[in-house]
Amino acid sequence: MTILDASGIQTIYGPGCSECLNTTGDHAGTNQCPHCGSVVACADADLSVKSGEVLGIVGESGSGKSSLAETLALERDPEATTDGKVSYAGYDRNLLDVDYQTRHSLRTSEIAFVHQHIRDGLDLDFTGGGNVAEKLLSAGWRSYEDVRERVRELFEATEIPLARMDDPTRTYSGGMQRRVQIARALATDPELVVLDEPTTGLDVSVQARVLDMFRRVQREEGVAAVVVSHDLGVVRLLADRTLVMRHGRIIESGLTDRIMEDPHHEYTQTLINSVI
Amino acid sequence: MTERDRNNGTEHIDPQVAETDGGTAVSTDSVDAALNDVETKGVAGYNYAYLDEHTKREVRRAMLKAVAIPGHQVPYASRPMPLARGWGTGGIQASLSLLGPTDTFKVIDQGADESVNAANIRRLAADTADVETTTDTTAADVIQSRHRIPEEVLTDEQRLVLQVPITDALRKVDPSDAANRRRHAHQNYGKMWVHLYENVVEYGEINIASRYPTMVAGRYLMDPSPIPRWDVTKLDDADHLTILAAGREARIYAVPPHTSVEPLAFEDRAFTVERFSGQACHACGSTDTYLVEVSEENEGDFETRYACNDSSFCAKRRENPDLPKDHHLDQSGVDWGPGTPDSDMGGETE
Repeated sequence: MTILDASGIQTIYGPGCSECLNTTGDHAGTNQCPHCGSVVACADADLSVKSGEVLGIVGESGSGKSSLAETLALERDPEATTDGKVSYAGYDRNLLDVDYQTRHSLRTSEIAFVHQHIRDGLDLDFTGGGNVAEKLLSAGWRSYEDVRERVRELFEATEIPLARMDDPTRTYSGGMQRRVQIARALATDPELVVLDEPTTGLDVSVQARVLDMFRRVQREEGVAAVVVSHDLGVVRLLADRTLVMRHGRIIESGLTDRIMEDPHHEYTQTLINSVI
Repeated sequence: MTERDRNNGTEHIDPQVAETDGGTAVSTDSVDAALNDVETKGVAGYNYAYLDEHTKREVRRAMLKAVAIPGHQVPYASRPMPLARGWGTGGIQASLSLLGPTDTFKVIDQGADESVNAANIRRLAADTADVETTTDTTAADVIQSRHRIPEEVLTDEQRLVLQVPITDALRKVDPSDAANRRRHAHQNYGKMWVHLYENVVEYGEINIASRYPTMVAGRYLMDPSPIPRWDVTKLDDADHLTILAAGREARIYAVPPHTSVEPLAFEDRAFTVERFSGQACHACGSTDTYLVEVSEENEGDFETRYACNDSSFCAKRRENPDLPKDHHLDQSGVDWGPGTPDSDMGGETE
């Protein structure tokens, strides 16, 4: 069952003009419009996510991965002009147009987002447990013991030492902060988690453990995920299907294995060759 | 003061002073002249109730708006007052805008009518608004207060004005007013709940002494001024109107009569009021009032005793130790704060 369906997603930074879409993209070799100077962060993006599936988005820096992910996770950047249609199972309206209350309730219960930058996602002065509890309390949990129990459960699932639960988050290591973000995202049993660069800034061994943990939890909970990464290894490990982005456009999509073994687009071939 | 001022002052003939409807304007020729005028003419020349009519109208309009949206902070102009901001200027402006010549006014500061600040505010109102003043809660029409809601039950004919130092309950968790205004608009109080959660983690119970975050009419989170937890429950479904006014921050908010006021708490970590573990007031023997510790020197030793914080009610209890807090009402058993002698409904009195 398809839980998220997006079509024609477009994010533009700048004034925008009628030539923007024609003069940017893969064929033009840039994402900046030569006429008005606007940056077309992503355009013409169509994708869908099925229940329990992991969709990977790869591409180089500035290819529009994060912009696309933020739009899917209903993050709103007041500086950007967004267009397109996102429909979500059970809601017949375009999620990009809904009011704050609907967006807030979707964000607390259905679609979770793990930010690329830890400071955007966590309050580092709160305790690690508090950060996870915030999600539950926002969703209306009012029993202290229930909240405490659920936080403990999530800390165990994401392999954060329970003894550190009541320490301020800023005293945590980078890997632990990532795990807290993932625990927080999973707190209210969402249907979909969007992870933006989940392993950035972690050393290789910690990366591996975070990814292992996420893969296990994702399968146990049956949650669908969109994983954005510049690292092909991350996407290869986690994703069932993969999109490749360049200059703000999706240039290739398909099963992850197919993309890795038999890349069609010239850029994808270069990308994969450069890793192996 | 310059030499010129002093010369002007000693000569002191003021051609600029003109008779107006409101009285004689204070001369602005020199500092000496102005000081002299204050001494000889008193407050003559000021408008009724000190503030000009436009200001009072603007404050009243803010109060009406605040009553219409319980718990919402309404901005108002907040004029300079003859005392420093933070000393109750918001409360004074609200009181002076409410008072009329037939009203009786009571001011309490930390529960006491006798404090210098309370006495001065009372005197300002008596001088400029021509009102009767009282220390008896039951006799007052308007009560201005800092830190306390009186022990005696307030009625639907009384208005309570609370002085507020900090208007936004959310400032405790986020110093950004812009972000907090957005949270209020969206009723997004998750951060405050995390604050309570972490409080329980640290202390085993919610340990917020004053400014207890409180939901008003199920919509806005309100900072109930620095009143103790003891007094917060009195606001719930009260008969009287409560106006909360902040002078420094230029905000007014209100709890209209019969509005639900619910302190935030967990289902399994209930809101509790202060406990005095069996202590009684050393003067009147009350065990059902809000007590404060007083330290008194006795032959070189410091002795700590408990005393009623509401000094006016304490005086009444000394005359009549069994006086209930609702003695002046037709019905008895009125639920008002933690444990009145004939009603134990409001909270715990361990």
